[in-house]
Amino acid sequence: MGIFQFKNVSKVFGGLRAIDDVSFSIDQGEIIGLIGPNGAGKTTIFSLASGFTPPTSGKIFFKENRIDGLASDQICKKGLCRTFQVVKPFGDMNVLDNIMVGSLLHTANMKKAQEEALEILYTLGLVGVKEQMGKNLTIADRKRLEIARALATHPKMILLDEVMAGLTSVETREVIEMIRQIQKRNITILLIEHIMQAIMSLSDRIIVIHHGQKISEGNPKAVSNDEQVIKAYLGEEYHELT
Amino acid sequence: MPPPLPREKSMSPRTEWIRGIIILVVLSLLPLIFQNPYTMSILILLFLYAYFALSWNILGGIAGQLSLGHSAYVGIGAYTSTVLFLQWGISPWIGMIVGAIFAAFAAILIGFPCFKLRGAYFSLATLAAAMILQIIVENTNNLLGGPRGLEITLLKDAPWQFQYTNKLFYYVIVVLLFFSVIGVTRWILHSRIGYYLNAIKNDQEAAQSLGVNLTRYKSIAAAISAIFTAIGGTFYAQFVLYINPEKIIGTNLSIQLAVMCIIGGRGTILGPILGAVLLVVSAELLHLYMGGKMIGLDIMLYGIILMTVIRFEPQGIYVLIRKFFNRFTRSTSPFRDGRSS
Repeated sequence: MGIFQFKNVSKVFGGLRAIDDVSFSIDQGEIIGLIGPNGAGKTTIFSLASGFTPPTSGKIFFKENRIDGLASDQICKKGLCRTFQVVKPFGDMNVLDNIMVGSLLHTANMKKAQEEALEILYTLGLVGVKEQMGKNLTIADRKRLEIARALATHPKMILLDEVMAGLTSVETREVIEMIRQIQKRNITILLIEHIMQAIMSLSDRIIVIHHGQKISEGNPKAVSNDEQVIKAYLGEEYHELT
Repeated sequence: MPPPLPREKSMSPRTEWIRGIIILVVLSLLPLIFQNPYTMSILILLFLYAYFALSWNILGGIAGQLSLGHSAYVGIGAYTSTVLFLQWGISPWIGMIVGAIFAAFAAILIGFPCFKLRGAYFSLATLAAAMILQIIVENTNNLLGGPRGLEITLLKDAPWQFQYTNKLFYYVIVVLLFFSVIGVTRWILHSRIGYYLNAIKNDQEAAQSLGVNLTRYKSIAAAISAIFTAIGGTFYAQFVLYINPEKIIGTNLSIQLAVMCIIGGRGTILGPILGAVLLVVSAELLHLYMGGKMIGLDIMLYGIILMTVIRFEPQGIYVLIRKFFNRFTRSTSPFRDGRSS
């Protein structure tokens, strides 16, 4: 079954079928890229997976246990953590305290939580802004903080929602390296990204969503050659580039 | 392994001790300066209101849940101890503890439906809860005295029944209460509960995504806040020896409690104290100059102060004062640690 599975999941908002009978499974340690045009339903999949909204039908499994219907704090405790597309730093707390909130999930000892937070701070290059308030951070640092906080909860699987959006090419390369480091810690990664270069090179497999349905799945090369995908999303130009 | 980072700037234990001793000395001298019973009463009220503000602060400031119905807990504390005393002769000291427990339960009960509401709706719901309680009390004449309230039998010197003629008795107790709520606030701020509450205040969705159970932690804050508030209610009842629903469970008191903290600076320790001092002092000055004329003028004054503060420094007077002092002390780091003192 793998570490994560969507089984015939649908999500209906009023009259809109946002997610339509989507099934896929992810193995431990994989990096899976989730792509699709805007409005396809990718972030909805994240919301379903992390417990922010329950599916209308279907089942979601994490580590072979059903998690659909659970609240997001319960799912985080089980080891599945998400970041937000529009980052949500704790504005009136400094960076270290932000990360500590994540660390405190598995330890009530403040000193230990602070040490762990400091370590993550170092690994993700946030030392320079350790004392800075969340609301005063640059966008790149906010994205880094978002990832750092999620990592602090010691997840087995992490959902990264467009963490490269709005970054310069240098910053993007740093985030790509960061994601590779996360995989080295044996954390499974599901990521949504629009930066094709990045997601194609990082992912072991790609899942393509269009109008709430899965229209393709496979390794990056196969997906980018898939007629359906090209028609719906990638466009003739990219196909010719690969 | 990263190198050890320099310690957070905090006072050395010796400085803390010296500060503590100075405060203690000043506090012991105050009643000697203000021997006149009227000024003693003002002093006691000052500490009591600061204590109430700090109690509200635990839910309204640290957790950021703007409760506009906190007088309900004052009422639960005051009425529980009073009724137990009048009906069954139970010492108000015990009644105080029972009242605090009732208040904690009430806070959790009220919280259950209310915490699911966002922002203004939560505040309105708490306002409604207090009003419901007030109406219940006003309509229960037999046990709770109805709208005319209850009078606590004057026992003169009875410390075990929470009464004494010399106001010094009340002064010592209220100062102890004051320091206890400060102590608990500081403990919360430096513990996991405090971090979680702060996170909830900043962005509760993000907090939830990091594993924080929102209802549980909001309820914890509400219960602690209610316990302290209720204890203050019992103290007030025993100090004034008369309670009625309008004064103790009324909307005016609820608003006062919230406004003191908002004006002074939510979430900090000094903020609520400043707010309480400002409000009590201005109310008393008004009394002196206006006598009994124009009742409600003090509420108008609160309104004006509140509007002024929100317009110019929404974080509260405490932040204004801190900025003022920052001009004189130069910090080495360009970034200030924003954590509450």
